[in-house]
Amino acid sequence: MSTNSIHLKKEILVRIVKAFFSENFEKQARLIPYDMRPKGAEVPFRCCIYKERAILKDRVIAGLGFAIEDDDETVSLSEYAEKSLERKEPEKNPLTVLGAACKACVPKRIHVTDLCQGCVARPCVSTCKFGAIEIVNGHSVIDSTKCKACKMCINACPYNAIVKVAVPCEDNCPVNAIEKNEDGTAKIDFDKCISCGRCVSKCPFGAVHEKSQLIEVLKLLKAEKELTLMFAPAVVGQFPGTIGQLKSAMKKVGFTHVYEVAQGADVTIKNEAKELEERLEEGQDFMTTSCCAGYNQFTKKHLPEIEQYKSDTKTPMYYTAEIAKKEHPNAINIFVSPCVAKKQEAFENENVDYVLNTAELGALFIGLQIEIANCEDEEIENEPSKQGRNFPVSGGVAEAVKFRANCEVCPSVINGLNKDSIRLLKKYAQNGKCDDGNLVEVMCCDGGCIGGNATIADERTAKKLIKTILDNSKDIEKEETKENATKQ
Amino acid sequence: MKKVDVKVCMGTTCFVMGSSNLQKLIDVVPRKFKDNVEVSGMACLGMCSSSGEYSKAPYVKVNDVVVQEATIDKVVEEIERQLNEH
Ligand code: SF4
Ligand code: SF4
Ligand code: FES
Repeated sequence: MSTNSIHLKKEILVRIVKAFFSENFEKQARLIPYDMRPKGAEVPFRCCIYKERAILKDRVIAGLGFAIEDDDETVSLSEYAEKSLERKEPEKNPLTVLGAACKACVPKRIHVTDLCQGCVARPCVSTCKFGAIEIVNGHSVIDSTKCKACKMCINACPYNAIVKVAVPCEDNCPVNAIEKNEDGTAKIDFDKCISCGRCVSKCPFGAVHEKSQLIEVLKLLKAEKELTLMFAPAVVGQFPGTIGQLKSAMKKVGFTHVYEVAQGADVTIKNEAKELEERLEEGQDFMTTSCCAGYNQFTKKHLPEIEQYKSDTKTPMYYTAEIAKKEHPNAINIFVSPCVAKKQEAFENENVDYVLNTAELGALFIGLQIEIANCEDEEIENEPSKQGRNFPVSGGVAEAVKFRANCEVCPSVINGLNKDSIRLLKKYAQNGKCDDGNLVEVMCCDGGCIGGNATIADERTAKKLIKTILDNSKDIEKEETKENATKQ
Repeated sequence: MKKVDVKVCMGTTCFVMGSSNLQKLIDVVPRKFKDNVEVSGMACLGMCSSSGEYSKAPYVKVNDVVVQEATIDKVVEEIERQLNEH
């Protein structure tokens, strides 16, 4: 995303928070596009102020948790605001595409440039199996309704006049879940989509939006319900301040109990280390980790063959939610992280009721004017380990298991799911063997969770913030060695 | 030569709205301007709290000039402008 669209998206979330707590939510929600682009305002990005406002309206629709595709333009934002208050459950598929912003991107993938000489041989016309190319005024023209993007013409042209134009979302989707509609807008096929969020981060116009569950959480906050907020280890790299200050800031927002998900990561480490030992002992060649929500959807939808090699250990979110539920059975559990795939994971976990992303949490801080630096540095109980806190950095999970396990662990790290790493995983699954190590850590996002689609800080800043915390954290206890265990 | 003092707001609002990604200034600036410019982070400058002003965050102060919706490019431009004034 460009800095501009990131800024816009965050500003809208803050405006939704402010509108929600104002005297008249529906009215203030309706005014958001007008407040952001008042009469006579400069029009920084689009052709005219009306178009800009229309796009802002669509972004607000997503922020209120609805699909932009379903909008027929006759429903006002105040009606959406009202509907969002009545909604009983958040919508399922977690992403939505803003057509009006998306159309600005290339409408078709194969494009004839000015290098076309209108040559006599016309190899492009004859190679195209779909009859999509015609010569008009001595220049070849592609009929995008017929073009199947097979790229044969690109190879056929002796002047290299035909090119494939990059479509950022489509090119970056690891599982080919995105297609362009005939009107030029992108469409996500949710049967294939693994909610990795790559399209969200890669679209330069910020056209792919998460359907936010912010309204759900705002309603609970306003009703002063007993709420538990569980924050993923990656969240620590997204805000200034200490963990103690961050926790007090979250309580100031209105969350009754706050849990570090690193606490659940510690359970994951222990179980996964044990599981690895057992599996290796049984003669299995390798095991993959299982904490990444995007990877878990990937194996289910696209590579079931590898599931037998994937750890059965649950995710840090799972264990944290279990602990939290036990300690506060009546509280509503909310999870926050920079990752949209966790929304999908939460739908399948009865202990997690809602999911926020870090940008939405940031919007709550801004909207409620909470300055983390001024919050009390509260005492941390049940302090998680250094290894648990290092989960969101690529390589961190494997390192943690290696540190804990009582066997020789040789980690191999998949830092980001893309076509190349998918090929590798397929190979491991097919051969039942991995030459690169016996513990394969898979993270869907580049850099790990700190590269998630809804991050606030760049990878470097996040790493630095996390490192400061790690330097003051204790190691997880190592597993007892067999000799020790028998001695006792 | 005139000295330029750059203060990047690291308060919550500015951090969330984008100053978290201005840390690169710490590398870019010395390479470009050597010792004439000093960059540091600081607590909330107090500009974010009045109504609507959060939308102009992140704020960066270049001597007395406030750069709003600051990006690396905007800040570097302002530094250059001030250095060229003299
Ligand atoms: S990157 Fe994809 S979603 Fe973004 S504008 Fe281009 S086609 Fe649309
Ligand atoms: S979220 Fe990931 S899998 Fe789904 S459409 Fe976007 S890039 Fe493809
Ligand atoms: S956080 Fe930057 S001015 Fe307040």
